[in-house]
Amino acid sequence: MSVDARLPTKRKRISALAGFEPRHIVSPGDVITEDTGYMRGHGTYVDGDKLIASVAGIVDRVNKLICVRPFKTRYNGEVGDVVVGRITEVGQRRWKVETFSRLDSVLLLSSVNLPGGELRRRSAEDELKMRHFLAEGDLISAEVQSVYSDGSLSLHTRSLKYGKLKEGTLIQVPPSLVKRCKTHFLHLPCGATVILGNNGYVWISPLDNEEATLTDGQTDRLINDDAPQNRF
Amino acid sequence: MADAMLSSFERTFIVGGVEQDFRCDGRSCQDYRHFEVETGIVSNTSGSARLRLSKTDILVGVKAEIGEPHLQKPNQGYIEFFVDCSANASPEFEGRGGEELGTMLAKTLGRAYNHKSAIDLASLCILPGKQCWVLYIDAVVLECGGNLFDSISLAVKAALHNTRIPNVTVSTDEGDVELEISDDPHDCRRLDVSSIPVTVTMSKIGHRHVVDASRQEEACSLAQLLVSVNGNNNICAMQKVGHGALDPDSIFEMIETARSVGKALNKGLLNILKKKNQKQAKIKRKLVSYYRRKIQQKYQIKNLHRFFLRFILAYSNIV
Repeated sequence: MSVDARLPTKRKRISALAGFEPRHIVSPGDVITEDTGYMRGHGTYVDGDKLIASVAGIVDRVNKLICVRPFKTRYNGEVGDVVVGRITEVGQRRWKVETFSRLDSVLLLSSVNLPGGELRRRSAEDELKMRHFLAEGDLISAEVQSVYSDGSLSLHTRSLKYGKLKEGTLIQVPPSLVKRCKTHFLHLPCGATVILGNNGYVWISPLDNEEATLTDGQTDRLINDDAPQNRF
Repeated sequence: MADAMLSSFERTFIVGGVEQDFRCDGRSCQDYRHFEVETGIVSNTSGSARLRLSKTDILVGVKAEIGEPHLQKPNQGYIEFFVDCSANASPEFEGRGGEELGTMLAKTLGRAYNHKSAIDLASLCILPGKQCWVLYIDAVVLECGGNLFDSISLAVKAALHNTRIPNVTVSTDEGDVELEISDDPHDCRRLDVSSIPVTVTMSKIGHRHVVDASRQEEACSLAQLLVSVNGNNNICAMQKVGHGALDPDSIFEMIETARSVGKALNKGLLNILKKKNQKQAKIKRKLVSYYRRKIQQKYQIKNLHRFFLRFILAYSNIV
């Protein structure tokens, strides 16, 4: 048993921790530049001659355009991103997925793989069985297929590496901490699979091919699993 | 309550982990997450505190006002609780959505403080049957990361520790009673918080119980037992929440755990508050000696009288 009460302590400077001076970091109200030759982008505003940050983040400059990339933000999706999300609603031929973006994303029935990998048009029967595939509260990994004009995302899971997530834990971090890179599926030598969602959702689970050797009561449940739940 | 949405797999993962005494964040069943307490942050209250426990964020303000005592208890002051669940914490709380939870939290606090061991209400009495101090305790839930009951009770205790009640002088003038409330911010007294209870929530998950459940764990728990433990390590209130059933045997186990956790919580909180007081006193001493030197230099006074200095400092809003 442990109880740990603390007083709010003084934060250490990042440079002291990392051993190098960080890039241009600003907080709201900081003056970025007093040069009038620049254009204001996202996260900035002009007051008189000064360009001032309106969010806390890193200053980004492209030619004459200055933006501030905020640390704490909702997820802005791009096509091809790997995301981890949670089903919040089952609707007409689509699922609503919570992906920490400003609007809920959609996963169309036509953009999931049918159980057994059948390739055919989705019938009305499939539509009735949608809740068998994915129910409210389920976690999935998916890829961003397209971005609609209002910024909401359309996802797809048409690859064996995507789909429903089973035993494991979800960790949420700010999306700005996850870099877009070549692979977001990591198999660690210690026997864990990590999915780094671009939306800041990180999924950690036991390695896939070792599922059968799980301990205790978890084994029989895996064997007794309903068929559709297997990669739906 | 604003329950987290979980898939069935996550549920079994959490329940399985609890059964093996190993929770998602690496704690054992009886471990508490660390929490940060800040006191004296709202300037227009008599006492205030803010508590952060993981993502849970609670702000408490105490306002001492003069009122009339209840007819049944003419020799005592009284406390009133109000808890507001801000829509910032969860969209569910928007409009009147947080009212139900807020009333429940306030009632739980009221029940714990109702016991005579909690706080010395007689010390809040000014004129028996006529005037007494009323403590209005308002709490706001700014963010909800689970374990609201415990964190609110801890924050209230910290705020009461920070509360300063001005001294009142009663004078009788030809039968008329006059109350004079001191303006001097230093002419005040503080409450004795050593015996004030904290609430420990025991959440039943699977066949075991855990303390300080996170939001995800709360979603897996069907029944909770709230046990209020006072400074003498005695139980002064108990309540069951949730629609699940509790095994009579496990209730005794839970109470035992709650007592030991409550004892550690009380001790930890009081320690940290004491430390904060010491720190403040140190800063104050430094400031006072600094200003004493300044004033002495400026006005060429050799022996500045202690009370005169205090008077200057009190009214110049320096300390």
